[in-house]
Amino acid sequence: MKALWGEMNGRGRVVLAVAVLLLLLAPTVATRYLVSVLTLIFYFVYVGQAWNLMMGYAGQLSLGHALYVGVGGYVSAALWVHFGIGPWLGVFPAVLLAASFGAAIGWLGFRFGIEGVYFALLTIAFAEFTRIGFDHIDVVGGAGGLFIPYEEARLGEWWNLRGGQLFFYYLAFGLAAIAVLVTALLARSRLGYQWRAVREDEAAARALGIDAFRAKMKAILISSAMTAVGGVFYAFYYNSLFPAQMFEMSRSIELILGPIVGGLGTVFGPVIGAFLLTPLGEILIGVTEALGINAPGAKAVFFGLTLMVIIYLVPTGVWPWLSKTLGLTGRRS
Amino acid sequence: MTALLVVEGVGKRFRGLTAVDRVSFTLAAGEIFAVIGPNGAGKTTLFNMIAGVLKPNDGAISFCGERIDGLTPDAVCRRGIGRTFQIVRPFPGLSVEDNVLIGALLHRKDMAAARRCARDVLGRLDLYDKRGVQAASLTLPDRKRLELARALATDPKLLLLDEVMAGLRPTETDRMVEILKTLNRETGVSILLIEHVMRAVMALAGHMLVLHHGAPIASGKPEEVVRDPAVITSYLGQETVI
Ligand SMILES: Nc1ncnc2c1ncn2[C@@H]1O[C@H](COP(=O)(O)OP(=O)(O)O)[C@@H](O)[C@H]1O
Ligand SMILES: [Mg+2]
Repeated sequence: MKALWGEMNGRGRVVLAVAVLLLLLAPTVATRYLVSVLTLIFYFVYVGQAWNLMMGYAGQLSLGHALYVGVGGYVSAALWVHFGIGPWLGVFPAVLLAASFGAAIGWLGFRFGIEGVYFALLTIAFAEFTRIGFDHIDVVGGAGGLFIPYEEARLGEWWNLRGGQLFFYYLAFGLAAIAVLVTALLARSRLGYQWRAVREDEAAARALGIDAFRAKMKAILISSAMTAVGGVFYAFYYNSLFPAQMFEMSRSIELILGPIVGGLGTVFGPVIGAFLLTPLGEILIGVTEALGINAPGAKAVFFGLTLMVIIYLVPTGVWPWLSKTLGLTGRRS
Repeated sequence: MTALLVVEGVGKRFRGLTAVDRVSFTLAAGEIFAVIGPNGAGKTTLFNMIAGVLKPNDGAISFCGERIDGLTPDAVCRRGIGRTFQIVRPFPGLSVEDNVLIGALLHRKDMAAARRCARDVLGRLDLYDKRGVQAASLTLPDRKRLELARALATDPKLLLLDEVMAGLRPTETDRMVEILKTLNRETGVSILLIEHVMRAVMALAGHMLVLHHGAPIASGKPEEVVRDPAVITSYLGQETVI
């Protein structure tokens, strides 16, 4: 909490406290639809923040984060469906497997000096291979998908993530809040500064005694593990998983847009990004439907254009601009 | 005096080119030692071998009695060798203070202590007032001092300085000489200096080594070396002394 508080000046703290309070109370007045949109926003804050740690702070571009969401979701869902192992327990093997994928990608990339776009290609390749692999793993339903059955008797077993919309709302809110806190803490930690140094200039970082390989491995391990938890949430919220849908590159892109638009390497960038983009996506769906445009990709085109305008106007992200304009973050003494 | 750095018969070849040819010297603890020579003489290559960026083809480098040749740059730094780059490389997107803080965090786990150390070092190098500025917006002389500050914050026993005076005006050079002298006197840090500006070398170094086409052609006290005929013909003769 202290780390987060430290990010802000007096006015920023007030805004933050009010925003948190409003979000906690929102379900009492909001419609079911609005609650579901907010839940989705929190989910994107969470996974966006996980990706932001790796890209925004450590400077390592992953375009395959859907891999960790998918692995996390699949492992926990399969354990539940086949063995009745609940997600609170299933989350551990889920995180472990996703982090192993992260470790493998990191080791290959960082040990053999695969950098920048080539590293990004490596992350895409892993996600794609995993997608093809899952198409053929029968125990998780192959290409036909894996479903968490709807069981009347289990409704309300919140400890097994069998809750209603309201339950998922607060769960997602909790996850998002934790991700923001973790980011604020890491950003101010020794590791956070090592990450920034590696991001800015790896040779100079090493000349200051920083083991760049270790720093980058920590980034991908933390990021993949965190993202996998998001996958567990996703699986039990939506109750259906398809390889084509979970591991697709567009899923990886979707979760990185928030942090990019909001501001890379900032604590609140991914938050602002998710609060802008998720509703924008919803609005665009509504608008294209109302206009009767059902050409495939119409929504994507509008979405893309809006992103271009935002990035053109505030190239370093909305949050740095917003916090400066509104005076939410003061100068350090 | 005890030997801090011992370089023995070190050589480096790039394909056919011999960049450094069997160079040996010893740097005593607390000493300021200069390596001079014309462009392309192999000074930076020698530096990079000490700093762990390059692995020598021949010879051995020992620091505090232990072999360090072939270690990675970060391992070399953790042993107590700080360096600057001939072409400065500050962390451009970070503030001046955070640049130095990262150096200070090497041996300090506590953030507050590291920040105090960073500010202390910035004060020594006339950068305290610019601590909040983004490193990318600094002028060249300030960047050179920032490089030095960052390296100093890692508490090195030995500083490797690659042409920190290059591109500075005479008054700025004098200030840098003064800073280095004070550091050496007050903290006891040893300095290995690569320098073109002879005025600075003469003012600072207790010993110097002259490289030419990678090979050592003279070494000794600066006053003696500058009078050496081989040095005058191969190096000093072509350039303005002082
Ligand atoms: N990485 C490299 N690959 C090939 N040749 C190099 C490399 N680094 C330096 N050299 C060559 O080695 C010689 C010595 O260079 P350098 O050590 O930079 O000299 P100095 O610092 O004394 O000006 C030069 O001829 C240079 O072109
Ligand atoms: Mg050089």
